Amino acid sequence: MTAMITIEGMTKVYTMGEFEVHALRGVNVQIESGEFVAIMGPSGSGKSTLMNMIGCLDTPTAGRYSLDGIEVASLDDNELSSVRARKLGFVFQQYMLLPRQSALANVEMPMVYRGIPPAERKRRASIALDLVGMGNRLDHRPNELSGGQQQRVAIARALAGSPSVILADEPTGALDSTTSEEIMLTLQQLNREQGLTIIIVTHEADIAAYADRIVTIRDGVVLHDRKNEAHHGIE
Amino acid sequence: MASNNTKRHILAPVVESTQSGLEYGELLRVSMDSLMANRLRTFLTMLGVIIGVASVVSLMTLGNGASNAITSQFSSLGTNNLTVLPGRPNRGGPPGQIGVKAMTMNDVKTIKVLKLPIVGPVPNFTNQATLSAAAAEKSGQVLGTTATYKDVNSVVMASGSFFTDGNVQSASQVVVLGSSLKTYLFGDGEAVGESIRINSMNVRVIGVLEAKGGNPFGSVDDQAIVPISLAQTRLFAGRSTSGELRVSNITVTVKNTEDIAFVEERLKMALRDSRKLNADGTDDDFQVLNQASFLTSLTQVTSLLTTFLAAIAGISLLVGGIGIMNIMLVSVTERTREIGLRRAVGAQSKDILLQFMIEAMVLSMLGGIIGVVMGSILPIILTVTKVFEAPVTASSVIISLSVSLATGLFFGIWPARNAAQLNPIQALRHE
Repeated sequence: MTAMITIEGMTKVYTMGEFEVHALRGVNVQIESGEFVAIMGPSGSGKSTLMNMIGCLDTPTAGRYSLDGIEVASLDDNELSSVRARKLGFVFQQYMLLPRQSALANVEMPMVYRGIPPAERKRRASIALDLVGMGNRLDHRPNELSGGQQQRVAIARALAGSPSVILADEPTGALDSTTSEEIMLTLQQLNREQGLTIIIVTHEADIAAYADRIVTIRDGVVLHDRKNEAHHGIE
Repeated sequence: MASNNTKRHILAPVVESTQSGLEYGELLRVSMDSLMANRLRTFLTMLGVIIGVASVVSLMTLGNGASNAITSQFSSLGTNNLTVLPGRPNRGGPPGQIGVKAMTMNDVKTIKVLKLPIVGPVPNFTNQATLSAAAAEKSGQVLGTTATYKDVNSVVMASGSFFTDGNVQSASQVVVLGSSLKTYLFGDGEAVGESIRINSMNVRVIGVLEAKGGNPFGSVDDQAIVPISLAQTRLFAGRSTSGELRVSNITVTVKNTEDIAFVEERLKMALRDSRKLNADGTDDDFQVLNQASFLTSLTQVTSLLTTFLAAIAGISLLVGGIGIMNIMLVSVTERTREIGLRRAVGAQSKDILLQFMIEAMVLSMLGGIIGVVMGSILPIILTVTKVFEAPVTASSVIISLSVSLATGLFFGIWPARNAAQLNPIQALRHE
């Protein structure tokens, strides 16, 4: 199986006035299709920068990034948008749902930008909501849902378009521990049962512990990259 | 939770459509969704455009109506008429009378022998007199003229008849009354056959005119009209110092509109010749008033006024546009995270640009349509109740709708560009 994600010698330098900030200093990571990976690190470690790179929201200063066979490093803004639409599903810490739209409309929204016809969008959105246990809340608006339910809708939005990778940035950052566990188990289940490739970015070890593999970033380089021994959750 | 069936469905790769980006229909839906999500703000944003367009439409419509009313009134008075008056032309203000040689029946004869394509000439001799009937008395204007007066001035009789050439030759003691004067002297009663006194002379009423309204030379509705011979020889002092019969002015009707300039020129040449004035007109002591050119300048004034009013109303449309821009700029800032989200899930920057452009245009277009409806209410009420003829014209509707659409386009571009140029990473982090 060829790697879903190949990152080789990736560097990122931000220029802030006279200062140069080296956020990434040569990162090498390879992630296979169907893996559940946690990227860990304290704030300022470069993990957010790495997440932006993997999410095709930014391009590296140097190095190579290949996502599902696409060389991303050299793409322009429109091509990056197109890759994000087709290959990636995002889950954010603050859910990022459109407040006045139903759960169904929120899940449909990304597919609008891919030119998927309305009927197909609705079909996929309701299947995805069903898959995260929100099948009976299609018409609810975000303010009628709890935080955990909103994050489930956000997960459904990420997976409805059959992305190559689901990228979750601190997905439990705004949730209490019980709800956090439910969300992590849902992600784990989607990985096991649907074969989804999932990458979570977090600074919490017990959240990272749900993943099969933990990549630790410090000072812009990979510090550890190892299988998760102390695995909890469903086996 | 997930059956094998759904598993296959959800993981089925999406069949990518060949088109890139969004259809306009989808964009319109996205824009409408966010406009409908905040109805109060949407309405308040449109309010400026609504008021602007409503004032443009109503002012243009009422202005055009007033202009048409004035034009048709003057047309009914005979736009092909030329009036020759004593007095120096082009000195500003009313024609000067002092030291100017009066017009006389000689001038009438001078015009008559030219054999021009005209009706007339009709000499008019006006004086003030005391007019009294059994029940009422007033000071009014007495016009002495010939029988041709009724042709030149498109006279319509309410009752009785106008006097004849015979009446003029024999200086008959007869009078035709204007409609207001008749009402003043006789009320609603019958006037034809009755007598009135002009100063101390008894004259018999033989006709009453239909009401006609004002013209630049005073209202005919207040006049008593008598044969000119009666006015010159028996009612008033009608002789000049040299013993000729005076007239106040001379009116002719040019049969064909194209001939007006030619006739005017011929009249001037002939009068200069007979009155021994310079042929180049430098010492003219008379002037020729041209109703057609008067009407033209009047129309210019009213349409200028209409344009001026519409331009003032246009300023409120401009303010409305700035209102749209304001709210859109605020809206872009407020929705920074939404924009970041849309960019993150794959919206291209042109999709964002179009979404906000469409929002601005929908706002201005909808505001424009509501404004047209509201601006049409007053003119339509006035027209239907026959107070004032002010039909809403297609041109005023089209002009104000396209101006409001252009307003939306112009004032929407800046906020929409701001939105489109947002960096998705920073937009997502925006608090």
